[in-house]
Amino acid sequence: MTPVLSVEGLSKRFGGVTAVDDVSFSVAAGELLAMIGPNGAGKSTCFNLVGGQLKPDRGRVRLFDHDLVGLPPRRIWRFGVGRTFQITAVFQSMTVVENVQMALISGRRRIGALWPKASHLYVDEALELLSRVGMLDQADRACSVLAYGDLKRLELAVALANAPKLLLMDEPTAGMAPAERIELMQLTSSIVRERGISVLFTEHDMDVVFAHANRIIVLNRGRLVAAGVPAAVRADPSVQEIYLGSAGTPAPSGSPA
Amino acid sequence: MAFVVIQFLNGLASAADLFLVSAGLSIIFGVTRIVNFAHGSFYMLGAYLAFTLVEGVVGPALGFWPGIVAAAVAVAILGGLLEVTLLRRIYQAPELFQLLATFGVVLIVQDLVLLVWGPEDRIGPRAPGLEGAVSLLGHQFPRYDLFLIALGPIVLGALFLLFRRTRWGILVRAATQDREMAAALGVNERWLFTSVFVLGAFLAGLGGAVQLPREAVHHTMDLEIIVEAFVVVVIGGLGSVTGAFLASIILAELNAFGIVIFPEVTLVLVFLVMAVVLVIRPTGLLGRPEFAIRAASGVAEPPITPQSEAARNWVFAGVLGLAVLPVVADAYVLSVATEIMIFVLFAISLQFLMGISGMVSFGHAASFGLGAYGAALMIKHAGAPMELAFLAGIGLAALGALVIGWFCVRLTGVYLAMLTLAFAQIAWSVAFQWYGVTGGDNGILGVWPAAWAASPIVFFYLTLAVTTLALVILRRIIFAPFGFGLRACRDSVLRAEAIGIDRRQVQWLGFAVAGAFAGVAGALYAFLKGSVFPDVLAVPVSVDGLVMVLLGGIQRLNGPIVGALVYKLLQIVLASYTDYWRLVIGVIIIGLVVAFPQGIVGFFGTRLDALLVQRRNSP
Repeated sequence: MTPVLSVEGLSKRFGGVTAVDDVSFSVAAGELLAMIGPNGAGKSTCFNLVGGQLKPDRGRVRLFDHDLVGLPPRRIWRFGVGRTFQITAVFQSMTVVENVQMALISGRRRIGALWPKASHLYVDEALELLSRVGMLDQADRACSVLAYGDLKRLELAVALANAPKLLLMDEPTAGMAPAERIELMQLTSSIVRERGISVLFTEHDMDVVFAHANRIIVLNRGRLVAAGVPAAVRADPSVQEIYLGSAGTPAPSGSPA
Repeated sequence: MAFVVIQFLNGLASAADLFLVSAGLSIIFGVTRIVNFAHGSFYMLGAYLAFTLVEGVVGPALGFWPGIVAAAVAVAILGGLLEVTLLRRIYQAPELFQLLATFGVVLIVQDLVLLVWGPEDRIGPRAPGLEGAVSLLGHQFPRYDLFLIALGPIVLGALFLLFRRTRWGILVRAATQDREMAAALGVNERWLFTSVFVLGAFLAGLGGAVQLPREAVHHTMDLEIIVEAFVVVVIGGLGSVTGAFLASIILAELNAFGIVIFPEVTLVLVFLVMAVVLVIRPTGLLGRPEFAIRAASGVAEPPITPQSEAARNWVFAGVLGLAVLPVVADAYVLSVATEIMIFVLFAISLQFLMGISGMVSFGHAASFGLGAYGAALMIKHAGAPMELAFLAGIGLAALGALVIGWFCVRLTGVYLAMLTLAFAQIAWSVAFQWYGVTGGDNGILGVWPAAWAASPIVFFYLTLAVTTLALVILRRIIFAPFGFGLRACRDSVLRAEAIGIDRRQVQWLGFAVAGAFAGVAGALYAFLKGSVFPDVLAVPVSVDGLVMVLLGGIQRLNGPIVGALVYKLLQIVLASYTDYWRLVIGVIIIGLVVAFPQGIVGFFGTRLDALLVQRRNSP
């Protein structure tokens, strides 16, 4: 079966620093793939290369049969890639439900319409998405008054609006309390399972990673150093060395902060 | 060949004062994040003060060189005073209000200069020791210009040493790169800001003073130089002194050779170069990534909602009130009311651009003026009826906005704003210089409405109907999918692109829509006045629009209505009492900015909201 996302030989340099170095991996249908690694390992760069925010120097990124390299984020989104950001990005001048309606309007290519009232369009669908992420009761609130966890849920609803085949979630639980993290990831994994969506996510919280990922890939200094099911990655000595330092010797100095 | 060299040297000489002004503008912006419109005023004051001190109009004549230096020092002191007394109070206000305050200073200085020195041009003396010319390659070349050619690199070198070799310079560079971090490391910001302002003002004052022997001192040189300085800073990159140096040479050389080779298209040349630079390097030759202009800083922003029943009733009552005005008002009052309505429409179109689409324009006069000229040209050259000319006005404004917008949406924030100003200035120059078509500064006369609309009452009703209709349509667009798309791009480009929105395309069309509606206002204005002059494209019109929108509160949908009403009324009333209305308006603007940093409607609206919430919460 062809993977949903396949990445081959992805590389990106910033000046003299190779942020992502010859990374290859794939995401199978319905799979939750976690990308982990210490700070500076190249996770966010990798994400932005896949999502179109950055352009790779080398390598291929394919969604099913579509080549995504060089496409702007908006085109990648139209192929069915939803995105949430490490620091939430929502539309402040719109209410919660209008944020979702905006994504639906864009998905149906109605953005050029000058006359219909946007707030009357796709209301039912927007409310259904909000209800699925548990935000129905906050539909008419301003985004500026939402709690951080609720903003993350809103981003999830927005990302789901275009019926994506793949979700890119950059640190979906960053900045949240531990109990909230578990809740949000449970919500995310139940939604993607019922809709058959594949997920690529980065995460610092190992409890979240090992509880929800089907497979894990490990980056260090831009290189892919391990990949496999959680148990295998957990047992991998090179991964342990990255996270704990090898026994008896101090952690290597000069590792990027 | 010799001619080319001489012309090149001419260009270098005229680059000097441009560089001095632009460098100061750039340094001040880098540290304080203030786009100092008053920088041109510093330059003008430098020139006038140098004239007075050198000639000894009041007190003893200092002689040329001491007079030049004394003028620059005096301007530096004025700059420092301005920073301490005014800007220091408003660093916490949104950036656009700081800009508004510096506009206020521009207006005040303009009238002060007229009061003190009068309207006639002042010719300065020659520089002792540098009179006459030297013979260069068989051409006569002014000695003084050689001095100016040397001055640019000398100042650049001095600034370089100042920034690299002194502790103060290191602090300035630190603050330019990261103001918060510099403050967190214990840098005394107050002192730093004041001293940077003093330095910037000194450079501008010096720039004005040294050109005394070259060109006459006159009272419109402030806006002329500030527009050029903006172009320089945009090309060179904001915050970069070396960039300002390169760009001022490029600009001055373009002017020097353009005037010889294609005198009619010099400005187009300048514009083309700027366009090419910006398309290739959106942050200028040596600039770093853009700085966004924030309309509101750190304030949680409420969603833009369709207006409340009460607000709608107010607007409705206003329209109704206007509808019965002709019963009680005479022709003069009607024409004043008509003019105010036209500016309400203009302000609303600008708010659509700034508040809804997030693109701050310093050059909205371009659209207004193109609307006016489109209508007038159609009447003058095609003898078209009013209705057709009106449509031509809207068409020309929309077309102009499409062209200008195509470039502008490639940029964001301050760069975008400065580019709009540059384009507006180009449109102004074309109207001013293209005698054969536009009549130059003689304008186009005889742009009267059709016979059926000729009476003031009918034209009043026509304007009321058009303005109301335009208002309704723009409102509708704001809450339509397209308006949502514009707001999405304003709120978060990252998110907008991640849900499939093509930011540039949406903003480009938004720019055109705003331009078309400003064009409607401009065409109405042409018929109201019966004539069109290049003034309709000039900087003050753009500034008027900004003041109206900002006074009204940029986020309030009805803000521009109140802002335009208050400001235009004030302008008309003051102008009928005093010749120095700019002075009064400048003082009022500064007072309003200090007192109401959220705008009038914003201020009272927030108080009103707070009151309503209190009442609802109390048992």
